[in-house]
Amino acid sequence: MTATYEPDETQAAFDRIIERHDRIEPRDAMPEKYRATLVRQIAQHAHSEIIGMQPEGNWLTRAPSLRRKAILLAKVQDEAGHGLYLYSAAETLGVSRQELTEKLIAGTQKYSSIFNYPTLSYADVGTIGWLVDGAAICNQVPLCRTSYGPYGRSMIRICKEESFHQRQGYELLATMMRGTPAQQEMVQESVDRFWWPALMMFGPPDADSPNTEQSMAWGIKRDTNDELRQKFVDMSVPQAERLGVTLPDPDLRWNAERGHHDFGQPDWDEFMAVVKGGGPCSAQRIAHRRKAHEDGAWVREAASAYAAKERQP
Amino acid sequence: MSTEDLDKDHDSVYDGLLDADHAGDDSQWAFGTDFEDPLAGVDTTLPDGADAGALAAYCLMLGDDALIGSHRLSQWSSRAHDLEDDIALSNIALDLLGQARLLLARAAAADPGVVPELPEGSPVPPEDALAFFRDEGGFRNVRLVEQPNGDFAETVARLLVTSVWRLALLERLAGSRDTVLAAIAEKGVKEVTYHRDYAARWVLTLAHGTEESRARLVAGLDVVWPLHDELFRTTDVERTVAEQQVGVDPASVADEVGVLIDHVLSVAGLERPTRAAAGPVAGGTGRDGRHTEAMGPLLAKMQVVARAHPTGLW
Repeated sequence: MTATYEPDETQAAFDRIIERHDRIEPRDAMPEKYRATLVRQIAQHAHSEIIGMQPEGNWLTRAPSLRRKAILLAKVQDEAGHGLYLYSAAETLGVSRQELTEKLIAGTQKYSSIFNYPTLSYADVGTIGWLVDGAAICNQVPLCRTSYGPYGRSMIRICKEESFHQRQGYELLATMMRGTPAQQEMVQESVDRFWWPALMMFGPPDADSPNTEQSMAWGIKRDTNDELRQKFVDMSVPQAERLGVTLPDPDLRWNAERGHHDFGQPDWDEFMAVVKGGGPCSAQRIAHRRKAHEDGAWVREAASAYAAKERQP
Repeated sequence: MSTEDLDKDHDSVYDGLLDADHAGDDSQWAFGTDFEDPLAGVDTTLPDGADAGALAAYCLMLGDDALIGSHRLSQWSSRAHDLEDDIALSNIALDLLGQARLLLARAAAADPGVVPELPEGSPVPPEDALAFFRDEGGFRNVRLVEQPNGDFAETVARLLVTSVWRLALLERLAGSRDTVLAAIAEKGVKEVTYHRDYAARWVLTLAHGTEESRARLVAGLDVVWPLHDELFRTTDVERTVAEQQVGVDPASVADEVGVLIDHVLSVAGLERPTRAAAGPVAGGTGRDGRHTEAMGPLLAKMQVVARAHPTGLW
């Protein structure tokens, strides 16, 4: 247990684990800042899963085929499941789900800015799967070997399900592209709206990302924002071609010298505005989550009261 | 496994995406890579002496109960009091949606005449034509399942009544002379047993939880009750399919359902509500296509995208 170590020994033991690329486990000693950084990151990730249920959930009652409805319902349900694993991982660091939920609805903890954009057509369900889940996978795959054990292990399961969602999203778009001209237009319009916000999901350019260096030194983060963004662009270009959609970036072209695509920069002012709560759906998403949490208070109280009565002899 | 191996393993998740539309491996897809007739490969020949029209109409009744009930439960998604119950309610909605797909497909196979006509060359499959292109009067669900959710207590009260009733129907239907319907029912029994147990557990929890939860549950049962009697009202279609031993007369399960619900209520320390039954409209109820005012807006929402693209491929 942590209490048995002298501070220096504690730090040295922690450093050795990080150096060997082994996992830190809940009972291992860890610097307070490492713990706080992890809580912030895992909570933000858990909140993103839970808030992320809303934009797609918006189409549950309007899905245009019963098969698509089943796929969407199962997907939104998976997101609730991911939220559960992640809140559980955060709980191993000594914070409760209730506490984190309250921070989310008070606005003191963030979630991915992508979910502050609206879903305006059924094609958005596919685009979110393809681009948003695709970007999430790029961000999350390296986290499967993040230094904190419970987080890394949650991420392995989550990444498998996310990649499944990405394929389902891509398959929806591919199917719509074989459909009517109106459906094809719907897909293109949706890709036009989501491309830039998807690029923003990797965070600001490395030069403006204050936490990256420390997170990489601790093995919490494994790649920089710009590296991951490049990987995502390189991955998406051939997929877009196969799909038959145009990515809305006039600067996008193959650079043979670099062996990568050159591409334009998202509107970082818009990104900062969205991060600060000025996204098109920022207020709506939090209000929805707050209402669910507050409306459900009496049910949680009833469940606790019943459980307490059951425990009495 | 070392962390490097894991990384390699997970990088590969990108690789297959481009071939998603050609990949032969459907096993990792929960709902396949393309539309498949839910009854593909199943012998849908009618049993001797069974009336195709009555069988199809009967499948629509049970299918619409599931479809519309699923729609309401799916509205809980992202709105439940905690994540565990959000997931549980979605599970129940998914089970019912699966039952609806099979039953609508069975209806279409038994009598293709029930499927609405779509423009020449439309790729919309029969189950979707039935779900999205029938008008309100063509829906045969009982009125109870189309009601708005209300609070969690009202949803639980409604789920208790509908799942005890549906389970009793499906248990008998598992002995149907129509082997397709029998198989659908057998699968459904397992699912609806869970729905009933979930609802009953929450009835007890809310009844014995706090004063507020008990009061809300009592209010929820009161809201549900007026549409309870309709569940046991026999239509001509149900009489016919019951006589032909392919379907179940709902009146035949009334006693069993009543005993079970009374048992749950008595353990919960509650009385059976005494609200008057909601009467028929011009002699008809949900099974006759006469619904409540809640049904129109529900269908308007459910059908809006599909109807905007009658030749759409999803």
